[in-house]
Amino acid sequence: MVGGAEGNALLVRDVSKSFRAADGTEVEVLENLSLEVAEGELVSLIGPSGCGKTTLLRLVSGLAHADSGTMFLGHAPILGPGAERGLVFQDPSLFPWLTVRRNIEAGLVARGVLREKRREVDEFLDLMGLNAFADVYPHQLSGGMAQRAALARALINHPKILLLDEPLGALDQFTRMRMQDEVLRLWQVRGTTTLLVTHDIDEAIYMSDRIVILTPRPGKIDKVLEVALPRPRMRASPEFLAMRARILEMLHFADGA
Amino acid sequence: MATSSPSRVETEAAKEFEIAGLIAATALVLLCHLFLPNRQRLPMTWMDPLPTWKRPFPLILEGVLVAGSLLAIARFVLGWRPGWLRHYLPLFTAAVVTVGVWDGVTQKLNWMRLPYFPGPDLVFGAMVEDAALLVESAWRSLVLLLSGYSVGVILGMTSGVLIGWFPHVRYWGMPIVKIVGPLPATALIPLAMVLSDNSFISAASLIAFATWFPVTMLTASGIANVRHAHLDVARTLGAGPAYLIWHVAIPSALPNMFIGLFMGLAASFLTLSVAEGVGVQAGLGYYLRWRQGAGMEYANVYAALLLMSAFFSSLMTALFLVRDRVLAWQKGVIRW
Repeated sequence: MVGGAEGNALLVRDVSKSFRAADGTEVEVLENLSLEVAEGELVSLIGPSGCGKTTLLRLVSGLAHADSGTMFLGHAPILGPGAERGLVFQDPSLFPWLTVRRNIEAGLVARGVLREKRREVDEFLDLMGLNAFADVYPHQLSGGMAQRAALARALINHPKILLLDEPLGALDQFTRMRMQDEVLRLWQVRGTTTLLVTHDIDEAIYMSDRIVILTPRPGKIDKVLEVALPRPRMRASPEFLAMRARILEMLHFADGA
Repeated sequence: MATSSPSRVETEAAKEFEIAGLIAATALVLLCHLFLPNRQRLPMTWMDPLPTWKRPFPLILEGVLVAGSLLAIARFVLGWRPGWLRHYLPLFTAAVVTVGVWDGVTQKLNWMRLPYFPGPDLVFGAMVEDAALLVESAWRSLVLLLSGYSVGVILGMTSGVLIGWFPHVRYWGMPIVKIVGPLPATALIPLAMVLSDNSFISAASLIAFATWFPVTMLTASGIANVRHAHLDVARTLGAGPAYLIWHVAIPSALPNMFIGLFMGLAASFLTLSVAEGVGVQAGLGYYLRWRQGAGMEYANVYAALLLMSAFFSSLMTALFLVRDRVLAWQKGVIRW
């Protein structure tokens, strides 16, 4: 099957990536990794740090190029960055010289469609509860608000897939749980295919349809778990905790040693 | 209500003292000037027919006295005391006292002698006498300075952006900037005079050159140090090269670029005043050298210096205002 994936599904096949370390040696970060994310699916990537989660996300976003292998979004091969693949980092990376409104508009300006789509900016300000902060500069925002603005900035382009690189990792526990619900709400309303990199096992279970566990470097797929729990999920339910225990075991943290 | 900031802990008495202080200080300076004998033997000037109190320096003091009294009335009768007044009153009082000391050590006590150290009476007299010429000179200086500075800024920003953004331009351009840039513009005066018969054009080119170097260096470093995350985000939002340069690289380099603009402005002042003394037969720098060289007229020299300082610091202030406007988004991020 050369023609890629169906609909807005993501297909990653046999992708390898290595970097040259400071001492000149080649470090293989990803080795023949294959992964499929179905249209509308929310898949989490977890694994030890340095396993190449972020690298995989950068490859899918087009900001980095794979040494070998192919990637498709729907039928289109991924060759470089593009507005149909939205990316949100752990650091909101809002443009500090633009107000929240102008930050959210950035994608429209970059694509030259601001005039036609200006009305959507207000919809997204509304959707993310940012109305009161529209004309405020990023440094005046709390971490949670800044990340909402970053999400809105990515979503305004109506991406076919949303790539989230530990987007809630820098938030405090309470804000993080609230934002998880927020992201889930957006995902359920819009049905955007989502690939979420996280180092938080609870977050992965709470949010995803499937959890992909990567091996330590070089990153390969270790295990894939279906999260069959009904939504909305109960963070303290026995099923939730059982799943958590299973994942800890897979990651070799369950021994208590 | 008590506040934490000590500068705000001002009693009513202290504020009253300040307005009264200005009036008292001015009155003292004026009385000393009018009634103490002159130890300096004053040269003949256009002011000789005037009674002492009608000469420019005492007139200024009398004006300050009247203004101070009006402010005191407004303060005590109407309760009007705006913040800027409270802020500047002590500084203004200090300025009056300084001028009084200047009068004392020159004209009155002759501790500092003529012709090199005229008192405020002679300097303000010279300023009034040459007012038309000084205004004309300041205008010529302004035109020359802004011509050279704006060309230097445009060239510097352009070369800075190109060097900062394109690795190839950086490879070939940076050595040129590093070799040519550090040359003091004033050292190039002989070369500039060869380049054009028109002294205005050669001087403007020198000022442009002096401005170009710091603007280029700081623009280039600002552009080269754009946060990668910002560029990455913009790319995933669908940005092309034009958006990346104009909407990401340049805005994030602006704080750096303004440092270059300030350094360039300082360099342009230096180059202007030297160039005006050498080739250009106009402007404040030319006036300064002419008055000093032709007749040792130091009163006119100081008059021109006072005007030059007001002129340059107004331009600096204007640039500060532009920066505060353009970089309003930095308020709270960086303390100026």
